[in-house]
Amino acid sequence: MIPLSLSETTLPTVTTQAPDLDYWLLSPLLVVFAAGVIGVIVEAFVPAQRRYSIQTALAMVAVGVAFVLTLVQVGALPADSAGLTLAFATVVVDRPSLFFQGVILALALASLLLIAERRDGESAFTGQAAAVPGSEEERAHVLAGSQHTEVYPLVMFAVLGMQLFTAANDFLTMFIALEVMSLPLYLLCGLARRRRLFSQEAALKYFLLGAFSSAFFLFGIAMVYGYAGAVEFAAVRAAGSSGGLIDGGEPLLLIGIAMIGVGMLFKVGTVPFHNWKPDVYQGAPTPITALMASGTLVAAFGAMLRVFYVAFGTTVAQWRPMLWVVAILTMVVAAVIAVTQRDIKRLLAYSSVVHAGFILTAVVAANADGLTGAMFYLAAYGFTTVGAFAIVTLVRNPDNGAEAGDLTQWAGLGRTSPFLAASLGLFLLAFAGIPLTSGFIGKFAVFEAAVAAGATPLVVVGVLSSAVTAFFYVRIIVLMFFAEPAENAPRVLKPGILTGTTVGLGVAATLLLGILPGPVLEHVIPQPAAETSEAVAAEHTAADSLFAR
Amino acid sequence: MELYTPIFVLGGIGAAFVIVSMIVGAIAGPKRYNRTKLQAYECGIEPTPQPVGGGRFTIKYYLTAMLFIVFDIEVIFLVPWAVHLDALGIFGLVVMILFLVNVSIAYAYEWRRGGLEWN
Repeated sequence: MIPLSLSETTLPTVTTQAPDLDYWLLSPLLVVFAAGVIGVIVEAFVPAQRRYSIQTALAMVAVGVAFVLTLVQVGALPADSAGLTLAFATVVVDRPSLFFQGVILALALASLLLIAERRDGESAFTGQAAAVPGSEEERAHVLAGSQHTEVYPLVMFAVLGMQLFTAANDFLTMFIALEVMSLPLYLLCGLARRRRLFSQEAALKYFLLGAFSSAFFLFGIAMVYGYAGAVEFAAVRAAGSSGGLIDGGEPLLLIGIAMIGVGMLFKVGTVPFHNWKPDVYQGAPTPITALMASGTLVAAFGAMLRVFYVAFGTTVAQWRPMLWVVAILTMVVAAVIAVTQRDIKRLLAYSSVVHAGFILTAVVAANADGLTGAMFYLAAYGFTTVGAFAIVTLVRNPDNGAEAGDLTQWAGLGRTSPFLAASLGLFLLAFAGIPLTSGFIGKFAVFEAAVAAGATPLVVVGVLSSAVTAFFYVRIIVLMFFAEPAENAPRVLKPGILTGTTVGLGVAATLLLGILPGPVLEHVIPQPAAETSEAVAAEHTAADSLFAR
Repeated sequence: MELYTPIFVLGGIGAAFVIVSMIVGAIAGPKRYNRTKLQAYECGIEPTPQPVGGGRFTIKYYLTAMLFIVFDIEVIFLVPWAVHLDALGIFGLVVMILFLVNVSIAYAYEWRRGGLEWN
């Protein structure tokens, strides 16, 4: 009746073979997953008062072991190959994916230190999330000292999703990774101990908008599948240069790129998909905000670079204008809105949006320098931002112990708590991109790549936007060091060993990457293959030369 | 466009059937209500007590719904696996057992944390 004109090749091949799973290569993912599953068992069978110590130890050991395994795998990767694919080529192990996974695990460990921090037995998380805020039931749980140690398995699952997000080698695996990463985060956002309604609002907002963007992403995958007849990145890439499955299928590809782009740009939070970021960053418990602002951003950009450089690597001309517009909008709009912010967490959220715009200029570059620049930037920004949010957890209102978000309260902190204010000052200078901090090297790297790719106007906008952002970063520093302490001066908590370590990590990484970026740029971040003779000089700048396919 | 004509026709027939049968039912059907007929439909003989004025289901059902999803997903994966069990061999068996164990852990969590107790 209905003529089916699809060719044979579009039908899915039915496999009857068991996949060849290399458990060694998958081990960093498996360790984190196992920690999550064991964490759920602990929640089910271990008495409540012993869960905290078991869960924190389990989570930190797992993330640490996964980090070491990732490092070992970098060393074991054969020098002459870009990388390997496994499990029916759904997961890829190459230098960029291992780098991103290592950074994500390190940032997750730093965030876990914040998550595990407790003051007088109080964590940053609510005692009973299901209780109505302000109700008798909630009070009873607070008095009884209830706590949600489910936070740890949830964080493990989120980290697993982030790791897989950067290593996915086809769109469906990537979508699953996206959901594995997002679902626990939606939940974690709603668990803040104080300002429960704010927190629940943040969770609901994040969930609804996140689900919406996932739908876009999925619909885009369907479009690309219609064009290429496959969801594997390598196949989509090949279809991009050979012209696709059906005649005149170009619109399918364009719609697909746009919709997948929307899904990814939402996750990294660029204008006009940034609206969730300030509300969610403000409402979520600050340790979770630290995890989202660092780990999720790294994972989302890792995935985005792979999608746009590998899967859409042959159709750069089609998607570049789109990202141009988004990058300019992001850098301009977010920088202007950030100037008007009065709350430190909202300000850091808008700052994160601006930084996403800066990293986008590296994505637009679509060359190997863009990739390495973005990698450096993400690592540098991740550590700085975790450190900044760690500081936020320490400054509390004197009356009720909630975090003092209002910037007017931060006046004069440089006199009362010089170390804390100096650390935050350093992080803010790094955000602003002042020399001798990691932010400067990162910005230099991404802008250099963009100029090399001919995106000079973008860089001009970027530099101007940097100047605007520098204004409000420096304004906070001036406020902290040169203003009289405010009437309602906050109570600054003494950093415990956990929070102290996180702040120290942030300071160390910011300074180290700023003063001695050489070793990291040369040895840690993968370099394109050295076979750059004249003939392949053009190929050298090919964006995807570092990705395994 | 011709390609889609049958789909539109079929959709039209479907919509017409729904509308016509609803109208016919409202006009021609006998209306003899009793208590049971007016109760909310549940998969049980005695429905759960409803608040006065009725109409809303208690929030507690979400746990039941989540439990349903756990087993729902499990069955969806079990069926194609069972169909292809001979080809997947011992690897398929081990992997499926691993999957079932993981799903059961979620179930064990719900059971231990009181998700199965109604009150």
